[in-house]
Amino acid sequence: MNTPIRSGSGMLTPVRNMGRALVFLFKAILRMRATRLQVAETLRQLYFAGVRSLVIIVTCGFFVGLVLTLQSYDALARFGAADATSTLLALSLFRELGPVLTAILFAGRAGTSITAEIGLMRATEQLDALDLMAIDPMERIVQPRLIAGLIAVPALVVVFNVMALLGGVVYAVFLMGTDPIVFWGNIQNAVELGRDFGHGMGKSVVFGLVASWLAVYFGWTAKPTGEGVALATTQTVIATAIVVLFLDFVMSALML
Amino acid sequence: MTSSPDNTAAVQLRDITVRLGGRTVLENLSLDIPRGKVTAVMGPSGAGKTTVLRLITRQIRPDAGSVQVGDVKVERLKGRELGRFRRNLGVLLQNGALFTDLTCFDNVALPLREHTQLPEALIRRLVLIKLQTVGLRGAAEMYPRELSGGMNRRVAMARAMALDPDIMLYDEPFAGLDPISLGVSLRLIREINHAQQSTSIVITHDVEEVAQLADFCHIIANRKLIASGPPAELHDSEHPLVRQFMRGEPDGPVAFHYPAGDLAEQMLAGRTQ
Repeated sequence: MNTPIRSGSGMLTPVRNMGRALVFLFKAILRMRATRLQVAETLRQLYFAGVRSLVIIVTCGFFVGLVLTLQSYDALARFGAADATSTLLALSLFRELGPVLTAILFAGRAGTSITAEIGLMRATEQLDALDLMAIDPMERIVQPRLIAGLIAVPALVVVFNVMALLGGVVYAVFLMGTDPIVFWGNIQNAVELGRDFGHGMGKSVVFGLVASWLAVYFGWTAKPTGEGVALATTQTVIATAIVVLFLDFVMSALML
Repeated sequence: MTSSPDNTAAVQLRDITVRLGGRTVLENLSLDIPRGKVTAVMGPSGAGKTTVLRLITRQIRPDAGSVQVGDVKVERLKGRELGRFRRNLGVLLQNGALFTDLTCFDNVALPLREHTQLPEALIRRLVLIKLQTVGLRGAAEMYPRELSGGMNRRVAMARAMALDPDIMLYDEPFAGLDPISLGVSLRLIREINHAQQSTSIVITHDVEEVAQLADFCHIIANRKLIASGPPAELHDSEHPLVRQFMRGEPDGPVAFHYPAGDLAEQMLAGRTQ
């Protein structure tokens, strides 16, 4: 007799969690305040989440551009269309790969550290201490990290794209001898600022919000134990990757 | 707002019942905390001492009964009223709960920067005075990870009294301290209470320290208040539970063994339940 109830509640759990996460996000947005201390804390978080993610973004961006150019040059050259490599590279980067890969890398580098930090703050009563000092932890801890992610991810997407293009230049121009005028000219002709670059940047803002929201949410709700914090950081990466890939498909379909 | 029926009590708990996770933690408990004194709330582990602290700070609400601090009915507070109320409380949590990414100076300055419009130069002086009081002015620019556990708690004490609160609450302030740190903490709690003319509530189970520190003492056990009075008076009590607790006797109303079935039967069955 109990089986249907159990399976029903099991199915409801993800829906309930999603609802809780949305309520959490709305609360954080509704309680936003722009004080001098808040701005200072946001800038500090921007440094931790954004500047400190540069190494991985720069490295991954360069190699993604390099390998993407290598594979597409090889395939296109079979049809005598090697000159179109830069078009393929730029469009796939600006529309899809730049925002998606940057958001997933951001979740792995900055998201996990945000989750672990907030989870440990919960475990060591730092969030309780804020509450007891009449300082809203939502305002002091959650908001600066949310805003920092929202700003950092689009900026990191630009860096990722630039580095990937640089990787493309290294392979196509320096190694395969493509004329640089043809390489850059094709990109200029094929890429529309609003439709391609603009849509990609729009996605990056959404992904930035998702990555930082899930990171703070899983930190906030982490069980105050070592195991709980470890689980929360894992959940951050998995949930961010799934939500980003799902939203990317939905947004791509809507933007086409 | 209602008027306090007893002007000598800073905190009044009346007919409090608290249930947490399906378990009754406090049942029909009433106690008064006298104004301007150091009062210890004692009891065996798990007796509900920290629950009393969480009721006074309104981290939790009672299922029944009322908590009154001064003229304020605490359980009714929310939003900005709760914020205003908490600015008048200084709470030292069990492990200090300092912010690890801030220096000791910034930890103590935090409530001043958040809740006052004082210029930075004045905040600096106030913070240095607070740190001087706890003997750690020299550690102002150090991070909590660079200090010992006892020192961390002293910085947390300086932070708790940064806004000169009317009521100071200490949750297990002596747990895990070496004899020197313990002596320093005892002296500080007394001095802060005297200098700020505040009311101090110490949640603890350290009988020896309470005898040196507290003016008044409440003992909670089995979800109820079982005794109140000056420490010396309680030490001589003939109440079996009070005597067991104050003298640290292994046998008495509080059993050494957690309730379990017959040992022989369980051993022969070869299972744990």
